[in-house]
Amino acid sequence: MLEDLFKVVKARFNEETAGKSDDSGENVSIPQDLLFKCPRCGTVAYMEDFEKNRRVCASCNYHARLKWQDRLNMTADADSFTEFDSGMTSKNPIDFPDYEKKIREMQQKCDIKDAVITGECHIHGYRCCIGIMDSNFMMASMGSVVGEKITRLFEYATEQKLPVILFTASGGARMQEGIVALMQMAKTSGAIARHSQAGQLYITVLTDPTTGGVNASFASLGDIIIAEPKVLVGFAGRRVIQDTIRQQLPDDFQTAEFMLENGFADMIVERTMMRRTLARIMKLHNYEKERPTAQAQK
Amino acid sequence: MNKLTATERRALIHHKNRPTVSDYIPVIFNNFLELHGDRHFGDDHAIIGGIATLNSVPVTILAQVKGRNIEENKRTNFSMPHPEGYRKALRLAKEAEKFHRPVICLVDTPGAFCGIEAEKRGQGEAIARNLMEFMTLRTPVVSVILGEGGSGGALALAVCDELAMLENALYSIISPRGFASILWKDPGREKEACELMKITAEDLLSFGVCDKIISEAAGGAQNDMKLTASNIGEYLSEAISRISKTDIDIMLENRYNKFRKIGMFEE
Repeated sequence: MLEDLFKVVKARFNEETAGKSDDSGENVSIPQDLLFKCPRCGTVAYMEDFEKNRRVCASCNYHARLKWQDRLNMTADADSFTEFDSGMTSKNPIDFPDYEKKIREMQQKCDIKDAVITGECHIHGYRCCIGIMDSNFMMASMGSVVGEKITRLFEYATEQKLPVILFTASGGARMQEGIVALMQMAKTSGAIARHSQAGQLYITVLTDPTTGGVNASFASLGDIIIAEPKVLVGFAGRRVIQDTIRQQLPDDFQTAEFMLENGFADMIVERTMMRRTLARIMKLHNYEKERPTAQAQK
Repeated sequence: MNKLTATERRALIHHKNRPTVSDYIPVIFNNFLELHGDRHFGDDHAIIGGIATLNSVPVTILAQVKGRNIEENKRTNFSMPHPEGYRKALRLAKEAEKFHRPVICLVDTPGAFCGIEAEKRGQGEAIARNLMEFMTLRTPVVSVILGEGGSGGALALAVCDELAMLENALYSIISPRGFASILWKDPGREKEACELMKITAEDLLSFGVCDKIISEAAGGAQNDMKLTASNIGEYLSEAISRISKTDIDIMLENRYNKFRKIGMFEE
């Protein structure tokens, strides 16, 4: 579903922008490190301005994908994060050719062992468990490592009576790990059930894109579900649906706004408001502030 | 007996005379009372549910329904459930829990339906909710994969105390065609994918996903539906009576650990 999704999203963006910005049919190539072209509205901005704006499109408010480091820095209080299970790395359950090699390449590229980083931190002084998925790592697909790290995070949070905040992003279950990847959906959902039965709070933050087996497991199970503006959220890939039903899909299909409209998200929250919103929700659930409010890392 | 390849088994489960739940239920169970609807949106014909007796013991049955002809398939959407199908299953599972009645899930689906309406009504949420709720359901749950166990659409009825598979049944993360299309950009390599993916009952036994393989009639279930049905019935009676004797908290701990231990990683 992951590579597939890449293509779908790309194709969709190209479709959307084709008529608007490039009537001549000529392909204007954009230097990737200098300029940002919004995949939603096609607006081009200086990369520096875009980065300063926390990777949010100034024109249409699309909240673009973040590296895990940036997400962590803009979410956690400075120097408050402790990482869990940092060395965990996947085996090759179905002996998929070159899977180990692919994993090694990704590990070097993303400076992380698999698609999620987990740990505990403070946000505005509130202690919580946090998990951040990084779509740069194999489209943040869920295999053994993502499943195990998230399960352990919930088990730890249950024991320590802590809330859990997950920033989800994923193309779905990781095909290369076969049925073992599918089972991670049940495993993580089981750990969430126990955390929930223990009366603890779970906040999901849906980021771009949250789809497939992750959408059909832990991303849909938050007590409170927040989405970033304009992100892609859904179960099946757009092309799969189009091929099944053979009709054009509405433009806002499978966006954060679509989820809100149909009752599957509680609210849409801008990046600049995220820390304060998370802290406010923890406060309203009677968690105690353990430290004075601190600045974010960045 | 020569072992069949995954591709050969796939041909068997797609055989036009492969028995479906509509064949099995009247043979394995008595007094089936069908119950309809998810109480929110509608009644999905891709999943039927109800109460029946198995050796005079009342059980709740949740079953994905493949059609035996085009008319039936139109009605059951080729056994591809919408969210309301999963929600009906959960409603009936909760009803079973209330009355301490074991739940039997009969799985046979290419996958959850992919479409606009399914997305609007929260296909992902419906599946996720079932995974979470079945994990803590305080009554025995036994699932049997009869033919196709297609991805999350199958898993939503397969969080259970014990999972059995018919000898030729397959259980996979995606169809071999989808697998080949995504990972190799070449749907034509589906046969190769089918062999590589490790999706037969024996493979799944080795992963600890499947707990028991139920024999089919020689040459496949289509050759003797009654014999295959009797094998399924025998297994279900034994499993239900064994699991029902376990203390519920221990049973739930075992169910959690069944899934908890699946994963292949190093640290």
